[in-house]
Amino acid sequence: MPKQDTPQQVLAGLTSKNQFTKTGTTICGVICKNGVVLGADTRSTAGDIVMDKNCEKIHYIAPNIYCCGAGTAADTEYTTELISSQCKLHRYRTDRDTRVATAKTMLTRHLFQYQGHVSAALVLGGVDVLGPHLHTIYPHGSTDTLPFVAMGSGSLAAISMLEQGDADHQGWRPNMEVEEAVDLVKRAIHAGIFNDMGSGSNVDICVITKDEAGKIAADYRRNTDIANPRKYRRDVPYKLPATRLVEVNGDMDM
Amino acid sequence: MMLEGHDESFNENPKANGEVSLGTTIMAIRFDHGVVMAADSRTTTGSFIANRVTDKIYKVTDNIYCCRSGSAADTQAISDIVKANLTVHSLELGQPPAVNTAAKVFRSMCYKYRDQLSAGIIVGGVDSTGPHVYSIPLGGSVVEQPFSIGGSGSTYIYGYCDAHYRPGMSKEECIEFAKSCVALAMSRDGSSGGLIRLAVITPDGVERQVVTGIEQ
Repeated sequence: MPKQDTPQQVLAGLTSKNQFTKTGTTICGVICKNGVVLGADTRSTAGDIVMDKNCEKIHYIAPNIYCCGAGTAADTEYTTELISSQCKLHRYRTDRDTRVATAKTMLTRHLFQYQGHVSAALVLGGVDVLGPHLHTIYPHGSTDTLPFVAMGSGSLAAISMLEQGDADHQGWRPNMEVEEAVDLVKRAIHAGIFNDMGSGSNVDICVITKDEAGKIAADYRRNTDIANPRKYRRDVPYKLPATRLVEVNGDMDM
Repeated sequence: MMLEGHDESFNENPKANGEVSLGTTIMAIRFDHGVVMAADSRTTTGSFIANRVTDKIYKVTDNIYCCRSGSAADTQAISDIVKANLTVHSLELGQPPAVNTAAKVFRSMCYKYRDQLSAGIIVGGVDSTGPHVYSIPLGGSVVEQPFSIGGSGSTYIYGYCDAHYRPGMSKEECIEFAKSCVALAMSRDGSSGGLIRLAVITPDGVERQVVTGIEQ
């Protein structure tokens, strides 16, 4: 008769194995008319504890390229900063604006080299001479190019808003106006914030567009929506009760 | 290490490492003056569909395409390297490379790193000697075949393909055959689905097609 684990042993084994592979985050991106809109929540967790209630998950790569990161915060931070500086050197060498494909290749090569041990799941978006681009990059180094994407533990909630929308709003459709797309991304991140335990707090948005003249501008809207404000807040700062001086004994040298 | 079929992994925790897989149905068929390549469009991370409109038919050179199955990261990396290699080679050669050469370059990578990689590739194309289809499964072997099927969904259509394939089919017959094979596999394999993407390679060029809706 083979040895059977008790239910308690099985459960202990499961929790210790850290089955939670998707990371506490909701990030998403959509392509709109003339540009790209990226969005992210702002909760950073260590296990069950919220470490940073208002962290920045949208990272700068180039003036025309931004990258949302899900996964281990150190890995996403380091990888995006590394590629950002590589892109800057590349701009000096080539005397041209960075293309999204360049950033994508640099990120992919780095992640593939580490065979998935660098836990960075990224949503890379930007606008270059060839137009707007949006890519997802997985920790093992594979990429997908899509018109709308979501990553992180809240991605299932976000992607449902992007695919379908809800009773009052539509999902993604081609050639959306920029503000419509911003609204859609906000709702997708909201879905993640309120339905996923790993995501929460506020919504950050980054809009990258190209105008008729061909000038590319990025508008990083930090905390564009404060979805979870601190409800109970003292209007008056707490005043410590004054210590009453009763009697002085001797010199006051401590 | 995840393989194309999901059978073994179902009992353990599938894709605990979050690796993205092309649990797939791919095929390529040779006809008198060209090759039809076909693939489904589903990429999965465990049971979540990461991309439902993937293009698994990758252009290696103007006249040579490959179908990818297995690990998405591995096949994308290999395909990029082979494409770069063959581009330089064709510049040195002064003419489009042979399909045989492409297959050999794929094989050299897939065999050398066979322990670290999870990539099943079908190479198809047309060169000066005519159309060719090469199959490079997981271990890194190469075999030329009149038609080749691959991916987790292919297991469900071996019988159908063997029964219905005839040598000397026309281009249109091959396209219909490819569509019906991939559609049948998609309807039985959970890891395959979405659209059917086709690439018809002839000496005149490449025609890409998309078929939406599984019931055709």
